[in-house]
Amino acid sequence: MHIVACVKQTPKSDNVKIDPATGCLIRSGAASAMNPFDEYALEEAVTLKEQLGGTVSVITMGPPQAEAVLRDSIARGADAVYQLGDMAFAGSDTWSTSYALSKGIEKINSVRPVDLIICGKQTNDSDTGHIGPQISAWLKMPNAAFVKKVVEVKEKSIVVERLTEDGSEVLELPFPCVLSVVKEINSPRVRSVKGRMAAKRAEVTKWTADDIGADKTMLGVKNCPTRVVKSFVPKREVCAVAVEGANGKEKAANLVKLLKDGKYI
Amino acid sequence: MDYAINEMEQEVLNATRELAQKKLKPLRAEMDAKEQFSQEMLQEYRKSGMMGLWLPEEYGGLGGGITCLAMAFEELSRVCAGLALTPGTSALGAIPMFLAATKEQRERWCPDLASGKKLWAFALTEPEAGSDATALKTTAIKDGDFYVVNGTKHFISTGKEADFYTVAVNTNPSRGARGISLLVIEKGTPGFSFGKKEEKMGIRSNPTYELIFENVRVPKENLLGSEGRGLLYLQETLDYSRPGVAAQAVGIAQGALDETIPYLRTRKQFGQPIITFQALGHKVAELAAKTEAGRALVYSLTHRMDEEYLPAVKNAVANGTTVHDELKKLKGQRWTKYSAEAKLFCSNVAMEVADECVTLCGGVAYMRDFPLEKYMRDAKITQIYEGTVHIQKNEIITALIKEYAAKGDEE
Amino acid sequence: MKDCKNVWIFAEAQRGKLSPTALELLTAGRKLADDLGEKLCAVLLGYQVEKFARDLFEHGADVVYVCDDKALEHYLDDVYARVLADLIALYKPNKFLLPATNLGRSLSAKTAIFVGTGLTADATEVVINNEDGQLHATRPTFGGNLMATITCAHTRPEMCSLRPMSYEKAPRQAGRTGEVVKFPFDPQRHTTLAKFLEFIKSKGDGLDLSEAEIIVAGGRGVGKAEGFELLHKLADRLGGAVAASRAPVDSGWIDYRYQIGLTGRTVKPKVYIACGISGQIQHMAGMSGSDVIVAINKDAEAPIMKVANYAVQGDLYDVVPAMLEALK
Repeated sequence: MHIVACVKQTPKSDNVKIDPATGCLIRSGAASAMNPFDEYALEEAVTLKEQLGGTVSVITMGPPQAEAVLRDSIARGADAVYQLGDMAFAGSDTWSTSYALSKGIEKINSVRPVDLIICGKQTNDSDTGHIGPQISAWLKMPNAAFVKKVVEVKEKSIVVERLTEDGSEVLELPFPCVLSVVKEINSPRVRSVKGRMAAKRAEVTKWTADDIGADKTMLGVKNCPTRVVKSFVPKREVCAVAVEGANGKEKAANLVKLLKDGKYI
Repeated sequence: MDYAINEMEQEVLNATRELAQKKLKPLRAEMDAKEQFSQEMLQEYRKSGMMGLWLPEEYGGLGGGITCLAMAFEELSRVCAGLALTPGTSALGAIPMFLAATKEQRERWCPDLASGKKLWAFALTEPEAGSDATALKTTAIKDGDFYVVNGTKHFISTGKEADFYTVAVNTNPSRGARGISLLVIEKGTPGFSFGKKEEKMGIRSNPTYELIFENVRVPKENLLGSEGRGLLYLQETLDYSRPGVAAQAVGIAQGALDETIPYLRTRKQFGQPIITFQALGHKVAELAAKTEAGRALVYSLTHRMDEEYLPAVKNAVANGTTVHDELKKLKGQRWTKYSAEAKLFCSNVAMEVADECVTLCGGVAYMRDFPLEKYMRDAKITQIYEGTVHIQKNEIITALIKEYAAKGDEE
Repeated sequence: MKDCKNVWIFAEAQRGKLSPTALELLTAGRKLADDLGEKLCAVLLGYQVEKFARDLFEHGADVVYVCDDKALEHYLDDVYARVLADLIALYKPNKFLLPATNLGRSLSAKTAIFVGTGLTADATEVVINNEDGQLHATRPTFGGNLMATITCAHTRPEMCSLRPMSYEKAPRQAGRTGEVVKFPFDPQRHTTLAKFLEFIKSKGDGLDLSEAEIIVAGGRGVGKAEGFELLHKLADRLGGAVAASRAPVDSGWIDYRYQIGLTGRTVKPKVYIACGISGQIQHMAGMSGSDVIVAINKDAEAPIMKVANYAVQGDLYDVVPAMLEALK
């Protein structure tokens, strides 16, 4: 079983800065880590590997410092890591990013056929949830998003449970396929001592757009279909009203009155 | 202060700290309240490689030594001394095996021990044989290729959950203490059952059981070393394991301070944070200094131990010999006195720190909602198990008398 | 691009029910269509879903495209995305709004690649730019700490998924009708290798958080699992649901599925009553869109007290029982 997990390095902090000219994030300076949702994707890949045998490869696209998230993946149980790094990728939207990742996965596949691709539900910085389904579209593979459970792995297929708003759907997907997973699916392990030590010595394979045979007219801020034209910090127009009262009881009564007057309850 | 002297030890600290915060902390209160062993935490220990820190890489371990084991035990106990015992007691149960085991025995038992697939436990204490281990009454009488074991052990940590029990037995009752041997007895062997589960003051998430042996037939391949050498292996085991208990005590002391200092900083009385009252601040300073002294004592000892332990393990694996024999070849130190000193000092520090911390925080710390009272309950065991504080004093004074008597002879 | 006309919305209909998001999308889409002077069209995919066309007309749709086939009974990404891509290729819409539900997020993403166009995820506001007629979709990122307005200048349709409950449901105009356009299902083209096996309905104990208009949430200050019983009483009295910040979930007082915040769920109720929640940024990310935030906290300096509309300094164990009393 060869499983590819897709991860992204994202800012740890929620206090982000935006370049007003490009509408892009200013990433330098902010503490970064693996996108928390991707931890579940990687954990599921590593768990499946432990149960079934095989290899876990991890791919990311990002600037040079994103190498850290790949070393972190090794610490969490990955076997091989690949970084797509090229100025041509900079500022890509989800359409271009998923295209680049799919080209990278094709290249990984050419060396060792890929059975399963696992992504996190979404990232904590752009929150789109597009990448999993979009990689599957580029690679013409079946996919399932919001996967909360791997029910069974068969010889040529995988049975998963997908979360819906009113319950869950059990689906069977033949390999190769793409899953995007939610938090319920597992509890990511902490980095082991051996993993931490291996992470420092691991070899990171680095590929440019040319290395993966990507069409540069489909990449980067100038070529991708969508564009951030404006970004701003939302104003919370809140005038916090301290609810008055001599004691808890009075305050509670006043609060109930305020909520009733506002027709909120 | 961190006492890691190499990358491996530093990563053991990093890994156990992350594990303790992310996995142990959310479980500790519930498991303590329910007096339940945590299978969930065992899984986490397995996944993070915590069960084989001190075992050679050849068997799937990390290749670390006594220091790595102690550091992990300290950091886990800093958050929960009870759940920390899962790897702690498995190591204690397996150390005598690892010291005395032949190559074949190591190959049979160590891989599953290192992966955590199988848990080990240590069974020495009996109702009539506590501090006086020589009084043990469990017998193992040879019958062909088997030993037939009869007797009762009690207060056995990780009882029922463990798969293998290193049991001190007498194979030759007529020889008294010289008949004591160590047998590895597997759970599920006919005639081996579990008696009473103890209800305890502290370390409540680690189950303590009575073990009952009724005509249990144990294959002779499960004998460790040779017959009648049990006490020797036991002493050697305790020399290596007592610094672990000392490390646990340091962890408990540190954990109590971790809970106390933030509270004292934010709690305001008489219009100011109470830590700014000198009587309280100075008390905290004293407790912190004692804790640090204990830590320094533990790791200066374990680092010295590793200077012998690690080469001995390496040689044993390379030569197919026992670790015990390789240690003897190296003509190293006897650690008994130093181990006893570390355990005596640190367990007293743990009890003092936990006790004082509860007093410093006041009423809130007496309540179960606040984690501090658990530290006070857990600290107590470090003064008792693997030899009470009084037994440690015996070890120390016995060694001192010998040392000074030898000096006298020289003069 | 010039011949791309009309505003489309995707009317999600699964398990015999039209999703309430369809009516929200009709509100958003109606405004866009009117501003452009174009038609508002809804797309219905599924099995035995044609009956919903009437609802869609009565809530503002001018045209409803229906592809109705047994093969579409259960949502499978490839089949749905292929049908949608063919529909788009044939009828060339200008703008296309989908719901940012689990289904809609996945479907919109895959369809955008099949069609070759840009997609904005999880927008909370969509407007037509007067100058060029482009869709400006504004969405929260970084858990709501930053708003970004996104356009798709050169490809059509401009696709966007819209966060549920960002718009009111469109009012019903009884008797309003429109044109039904049937689109044939093609078993040769509209295929997938994935198989649907079964649906497992969630064991609902109480109101679904995403549908609750009032949420009573507890944090570390609740102090124990039993404390949530009190919050349940208040929630029941107000017709709302109970939720939690991360601390009680980590402490095992309440299930993960009730967790609100960056690593939990996002909710947008009318009233969010935070009891004993300090208001860390990660929690705020999941509930800052609430219309009214009430904070009950012992600590007047807690961050939540600064962003709440109504801040009550006090012990929740005093205030909540007193609220129940006052509500009698």
